[in-house]
Amino acid sequence: MSPSKKREACTVPKVRVATTSLAGCFGCHMSFLDMDERIVGLLEHVEFSRSPINDIKHCEPCDIGLIEGALCNADNVHVLKEFRENCKILIAVGACAINGGVPAMRNNFTLAECLEEAFLDEIGVDNPQIPNDVEIPLLLSKVHPIHEVVKVDYYLPGCPPPADAFVKILTDLLEGKEPSLPKDMLHYD
Amino acid sequence: MSAKMITIDGTEVPFEAGQTIMDAALAADIYIPHLCHKPGLSPHGSCKLCTVDVDGRAVSACTLPAAEGQKIENNTPALNEVRKTITQMLFVEGNHLCPSCEKSGDCTLQAVGYHLGMLDGHFPQFYPRRAVDASHPTLMLDRDRCIMCELCVRASREIDGKDVFAISGRGTGRQLIVNSATGKLADSDIETDDLAAHICPVGAILIKDHGYEVPIGRRTFDLHSVAETDLEEIILKKTVHHDQDDESVEKEGGMYSA
Repeated sequence: MSPSKKREACTVPKVRVATTSLAGCFGCHMSFLDMDERIVGLLEHVEFSRSPINDIKHCEPCDIGLIEGALCNADNVHVLKEFRENCKILIAVGACAINGGVPAMRNNFTLAECLEEAFLDEIGVDNPQIPNDVEIPLLLSKVHPIHEVVKVDYYLPGCPPPADAFVKILTDLLEGKEPSLPKDMLHYD
Repeated sequence: MSAKMITIDGTEVPFEAGQTIMDAALAADIYIPHLCHKPGLSPHGSCKLCTVDVDGRAVSACTLPAAEGQKIENNTPALNEVRKTITQMLFVEGNHLCPSCEKSGDCTLQAVGYHLGMLDGHFPQFYPRRAVDASHPTLMLDRDRCIMCELCVRASREIDGKDVFAISGRGTGRQLIVNSATGKLADSDIETDDLAAHICPVGAILIKDHGYEVPIGRRTFDLHSVAETDLEEIILKKTVHHDQDDESVEKEGGMYSA
């Protein structure tokens, strides 16, 4: 690239992307990073707002928000709403965000049963008590996919979605195209 | 007399008296999406995925007899969109958490989702809480994955001659039950070799101690789309049929003639 072209490229405003993990395992973020050296090329067009990969505490007005994980507690709901208010395009990433995923298996039990098992009845529990500090967000009675609380623009299935799928959906959006996923990148597991 | 013909998506397809549209399509290697249909078992008409337009009317291909001159639309964007919606309804109605299911990659429901390009469940999740039956020494039942296609019901009744399964209840309260005095699988006559133990298109009826045995990338639907697999199965049956001696052909004919 010639020096003049390079300067020109720098003046084009970058697309702002925010990411977060709600009731996620961070696996979708790891899969995102699995794009390996392609992230260098991506960073020429994209800059990150709030994300676990930086120190920004709140989501700023953004073009794209990537949400990993389902909703399992009150804080998840607040964060999700902050993302929805600030992101033009919100993408549900991974099985959890889409249908609750494996964490939604706790919906087969009552919340009390889950807490009692983990904090009172489990073998090796010292000083059994259910945590009850205002600092700790309360759990929701059930785990929910994110589309049950906010409008979702696109879905990226997989547990996690393949790195190529992240590249594909972001490339499509950067090029102003409607994102589409080829059949070989579509899986739910 | 020339063979009687129907037209599917503009292609002329021959049929014999007594064949349904689905029978004729499968014989002509044309894939009509379906979940509750299996050649050799009586048609069921519950999944509605095989809905096609016949002369402008929406009908189930698995139950409507083929008739001379029918103009059938099957593989159209509109029909596939409706099929996707039906598939989404099946997904949210159960707990289809593919990442932890031992049938993932070998599940017809999932493969149909891929075939139709389904990305999400669209509707709110039901999150049903139905009992797991792990009473049997070699089989288990996860009712939250059951799509109530009744393939196991029909296989057990029509092929195994045991009548182990039934669907009970009404509306969204319907679920798969076991016809034993206790309602438990352990107290039924079902055995691992029964067709009913293997016919489940999803992860509802599972063989114990067998799961995650096939490497990812080599499972049924990693290698083939649901359309290919479905038609391959038919082609395989035709080949088997052809190769067998008269006696077994007769037996086979009994099994696979609807």
